[in-house]
Amino acid sequence: MSTREKVLWYVAGAAIVVYALFPVAWILSLSLKTNAGLTENQFLPSEVTWDNYRLIITGDASELFLPALRNSIGIALIATLIAVVLATLTAYAVSRLQFPGKKLLLTTALAVAIFPVISIVTPLFNIWRTIGLYDTWPGLIIPYLAVTLPLAIWTLSAFFREIPWDMEQAAQVDGATTWQAFIKVIVPLAVPGVFTTAIIAFFLAWNDFVFGISLTSTDASRPVPAALAFFTGASQFEEPTGATSAAAVIVTIPVVIIVLVFQRRIVAGLTNGAVKG
Amino acid sequence: MSATRPTTSGSSRAGADATGDGRDAVDPRPSGEQERRARRAGGKPPLTDRARGERNLGLLLVAPAFLVMIGVVAYPMLLAAYDSLFSYRLTAPDQRSFVGLQNYITILSDPLWWRAFATTGYITVITVAVELVLGFALAMVMHKAITTLRPVLRTAILIPYAIITVVSAFAWFYAFDLNSGFVNQWLPFVGDDFNWFAERSSSLVVIMLSEIWKTTPFISLLLLAGLAQVPEDLQEAARVDGATFWERLRKVTLPNMKAAIMVALLFRTLDAVRIFDNVFIMTAGTNGTETLAFLAYRQTIQRQEVGLGSAISVLLFLLVVLIAVLFVKVFKVDLSRQRGE
Repeated sequence: MSTREKVLWYVAGAAIVVYALFPVAWILSLSLKTNAGLTENQFLPSEVTWDNYRLIITGDASELFLPALRNSIGIALIATLIAVVLATLTAYAVSRLQFPGKKLLLTTALAVAIFPVISIVTPLFNIWRTIGLYDTWPGLIIPYLAVTLPLAIWTLSAFFREIPWDMEQAAQVDGATTWQAFIKVIVPLAVPGVFTTAIIAFFLAWNDFVFGISLTSTDASRPVPAALAFFTGASQFEEPTGATSAAAVIVTIPVVIIVLVFQRRIVAGLTNGAVKG
Repeated sequence: MSATRPTTSGSSRAGADATGDGRDAVDPRPSGEQERRARRAGGKPPLTDRARGERNLGLLLVAPAFLVMIGVVAYPMLLAAYDSLFSYRLTAPDQRSFVGLQNYITILSDPLWWRAFATTGYITVITVAVELVLGFALAMVMHKAITTLRPVLRTAILIPYAIITVVSAFAWFYAFDLNSGFVNQWLPFVGDDFNWFAERSSSLVVIMLSEIWKTTPFISLLLLAGLAQVPEDLQEAARVDGATFWERLRKVTLPNMKAAIMVALLFRTLDAVRIFDNVFIMTAGTNGTETLAFLAYRQTIQRQEVGLGSAISVLLFLLVVLIAVLFVKVFKVDLSRQRGE
């Protein structure tokens, strides 16, 4: 490759990095601005302050932000856990066992995945109010399963299909019990796929907004994305820009860390389920 | 070793089939493959104990996920279809009355619906088109990039994918907002006091920019995987024959990635049709930026018109089904091959 070509690729690569990070850098910059700095219409803060973070962690806005953060973490983790357990059972059966209805199951998962979630908001709102699930954790966990399960089932099925299942028989021939063979041979091969699926499912649940604002009304269950939308300023005339930005940065940190650590796996998971299938 | 191997008692241990146990009980050699072959060749042989055990276990394992998906999606959807036939406000539950298809007539003859329909269509077509081109360009750069650069790009591109849509919406909103934004200062062709959110078209521009930024990575990753499946020797042969970059793109690359492109297109289109978060944060549906999903939300959650809201939900659902069917029939997207089986 010539030097000129090399430079060209680096420029193109740099453009991608800027494209991906620009809005993130901007919201970070906003969160560090002083009240006066927020209206200066500059990209970078002229003066850096931690006041916005103080406001949402210990200050007035903490009553809104901290319960929402707790709800988001709890609800997203539980939904992810349930989805991954159910999807693991399903994907194991799909890739390993012969049984009727396989096609029906995969078609159902496909149909649920392309389903407009807003369409079930109306009936769920109605049902949840009747049976008392409105504004509760299970009231969000259950609809999150509808969002995470289809994707988890495909992603995991794609992973599981690549596992050489005969290896456990080989281990049995070598003297392992069936259970030992399964635990020692198959499980280590399956764990990375399960873990990747969990990350992707968690992102989906963490990202939800439609259910978050429709099926909750108080800080008993309202997750962060919904709480962000309801932030108010110190007075009616003040925009809550700084506080919102600081909260946005805090909920983005875990996402960025997960991406940095597991980028290879996440890409494999996303494309496995979708393209290779 | 012999102690761990079931001998004659194997067939009574069907429950242990979970781990493939008892497999050797029927036949000393691995029998799964043979059975499958026999079944394919000779119609329907009677089920062996092992096959029956396997079938029952399979059904048992998939049942929970299947029931959850049906219970959380199909049942509420049927309920919505039922509720859509009633005039029903939560604020006046006693006055609930059967009105047949009146709700649908009301909606479809209301300019609000058609404006939201047009807005949704406008956003969908433009964002998906831009994302396809941009996503392909990103995928090409990542595909060709120097090996040391590749993980960096892959990490960078995943960040918009993983960030909460609401956060992205706020970032773009504040960037264009008159009070806090820097965009007007940077753009030479708009005045410093240009209010992007004062009218429909400029509001939609910002909403679409946010949507495009957030979801292009998904498309480009799918296309990148598609690119990896284009046979390298075909490219090489075309190059030897003197084909230009564009010729190779048109005649070799794109035809070989048709499946990946179609799936990316279908999934992004269906996703774009339900656009909600960006609209809610940036304009709350004002200035004619209301989308169909927003309309459904507003009828039910804000106005508590369950009857009308349900009817909109059903119409939105039918729209998505229609789009999916069109894709599968017209563009011949083979989903069963792409996804699952």
